[in-house]
Amino acid sequence: MKKQLIIGAIASALLSTTAFAENLKVGFITTLTTPAAVIGNDQKNAVDLAMEHLGGKLGGKPAEIVFEDDGFKPEIGKQKTDKLVQDDDISIIAGYIWSNVLMASAKPIFDANKIMISANAGPSVIAGKRCNANFFSTSWQNDQTPMAMGEYLNQNGVKSIYVMAPNYAAGKDMAAGVARTFKGEIKGQDLTTWPGQLDFSAELAKAKASGAEAIFVFYPGKAGGAFIKQYQQAGLKGTMDLYTVFSVDGISLPKMQAGNLDGVLGSRLTQQWDPTLDNEANKKFVADFKAKHGTYPSFYAAQAYDSIKLIDSAVAAVDGDMKNIDGLKAALKAADFDSVRGNFKFGNNNMPVQNFYLREVVEDADGKWATKVVSTVYTDHVDPHAADCKL
Amino acid sequence: MSTLFLIQLLNGLQLGVLLFLLAAGLTLVFGIMDFVNLAHGSLYMLGAFVCASLTFLTGSFVWGVLLAIPIIAVIGYFFEVLIVRHLYESNHLDHVLATFGIILIADTLVQLSWGPEGIAIPLPGYLSGQVEIFPSIIFPTFRLVIISSGLLIAAGLYWLITYTRLGMLIRAGASNRTMVSALGVDISTLFAGVFALGAVLAGVAGMLIASITEATIGMGNDIIITAFVVIIVGGIGSMKGAFIAAILIGIIDTLGRSFLKDILELFIASGSAETAGPALSSMLIYIIMAVVLAVRPQGLFPPKVR
Repeated sequence: MKKQLIIGAIASALLSTTAFAENLKVGFITTLTTPAAVIGNDQKNAVDLAMEHLGGKLGGKPAEIVFEDDGFKPEIGKQKTDKLVQDDDISIIAGYIWSNVLMASAKPIFDANKIMISANAGPSVIAGKRCNANFFSTSWQNDQTPMAMGEYLNQNGVKSIYVMAPNYAAGKDMAAGVARTFKGEIKGQDLTTWPGQLDFSAELAKAKASGAEAIFVFYPGKAGGAFIKQYQQAGLKGTMDLYTVFSVDGISLPKMQAGNLDGVLGSRLTQQWDPTLDNEANKKFVADFKAKHGTYPSFYAAQAYDSIKLIDSAVAAVDGDMKNIDGLKAALKAADFDSVRGNFKFGNNNMPVQNFYLREVVEDADGKWATKVVSTVYTDHVDPHAADCKL
Repeated sequence: MSTLFLIQLLNGLQLGVLLFLLAAGLTLVFGIMDFVNLAHGSLYMLGAFVCASLTFLTGSFVWGVLLAIPIIAVIGYFFEVLIVRHLYESNHLDHVLATFGIILIADTLVQLSWGPEGIAIPLPGYLSGQVEIFPSIIFPTFRLVIISSGLLIAAGLYWLITYTRLGMLIRAGASNRTMVSALGVDISTLFAGVFALGAVLAGVAGMLIASITEATIGMGNDIIITAFVVIIVGGIGSMKGAFIAAILIGIIDTLGRSFLKDILELFIASGSAETAGPALSSMLIYIIMAVVLAVRPQGLFPPKVR
């Protein structure tokens, strides 16, 4: 009887390990409810497309992506992270759109010696003083994109700007980022209530009265469309040129076109990626995404797609052994995959070292509003916090 | 500076009339039926989405608004008859719980029917420009339209409440609803009518604001708290109080957002003012509410007899 029990126990243990090996799992936390779900859905579509391109496998092993919804709230994001780390014992958790959600979720992952891959958020702390060997990013550090914009404004001879951004971690990073490189005068700056405030009448009136040559804004999600509309209604187009970061993307442009917000056409933005970037991986990604969903992928989607391709390369390197955390980390760091942004490598703080492009909003050949690359502002740019990181 | 100040006053007035449209329905329902309706913001959201769809369907924003108004009235009427009516006997906590549930249901229904991304409502060319009101004071046309239509609606409500029989019943109901029903007034029809009126006012506010920002899920939840602040400051059940408090709060909020940072910079270091300014200006209206509650708990203009 006792023998049978032991054999039974061994058999079930064996069964469960084989079941585990068959079901290689990777977590992906994004926003799938609230209006911000448009971003999460775009990321999910890109992850699904990446898995389709990989034949449902990661590193050649049948794999499954476990999606969790952060509900646009740091506390919920942390709960879901805890669940993936503790209950599901998943080694790699990717996603994270929002800086505040990422910061709340980082500790449980690092404490359990698991790996976190940001497919969007890039707060300054995690790039600098509190950098961690278990953290990787397939996006950017918050400061970099506005720094590229500041640099472009210098090149373009813009003398003065007015800055507007929402009052939360990323908004402050964006405002600080542009101030870091812009050499002209910042005539004024407004940090608006986030995420509640969508009426910018008071701030736009101040911007207009400031006499600045151009206006720089960061308004992600629904605030972006609202801002562009009011910018247009206030008659600022033509008198105050519009420069944005993370406010105009593949998600918001179709909606702006439907609402006829032509104030956005001709406005310029900086980014590490564009649907028109000329490389094989990007062409395939953009064409298949458009064929499947009818719209251009957003940069959120591109980063999510890259995160899965990166994970695939790491899982292949350890031959599917998800318990080999050190092996996974070394393989992730090598970044041996075809990124949609061309060359991809990590800096000392595991943030990508990459190019930043100037993009312009234009009408594409089919009459759809889209973006195109105008020039390269930075080549192989290292974020300003990398020096504070002791890795 | 003075030009900017005038423009900001106009911006404040515009926010004020929008708040009034929202608060008017809320204060009627709260004052007359003693019903706490958190889902009032959902009617505001529905107004925006229905108007957006109709604008795309008819190709005209004006038709979109005109057709959306009766639809919102019908939704408001059935909302009262089917759900709210059964809750009058319960206490305020039950009202809050039930209407909070309705918010969640409404948000999900809107997400299922219109998708999560929200809709930008296109305005006709003659509404999306700017006008020069005084020399060197240039103001967006549509915001002027909001101010004037809001003031017109306020005048209409004033006439309705002061000079009509319905208005008399509404005022009587706000003062003492038990007495009104004891005098043989058909209270259930009156309640449903008032509720539908409140729904239309909220819906119109939603249609107007969605043409500046856009129609989004949960847009009502962001503003309903401010509307409650307005009716508490103005005095619950008082239309006059709601109007004055809405304009006051609209102007104070706008001026706070525009000048508080500069004023703070006169007293404290610029870096701290940068952080304290936005934080303090978003608290400003709650500070006002706290002061009003401490000094005059019944609000600035409470209905005459309670």
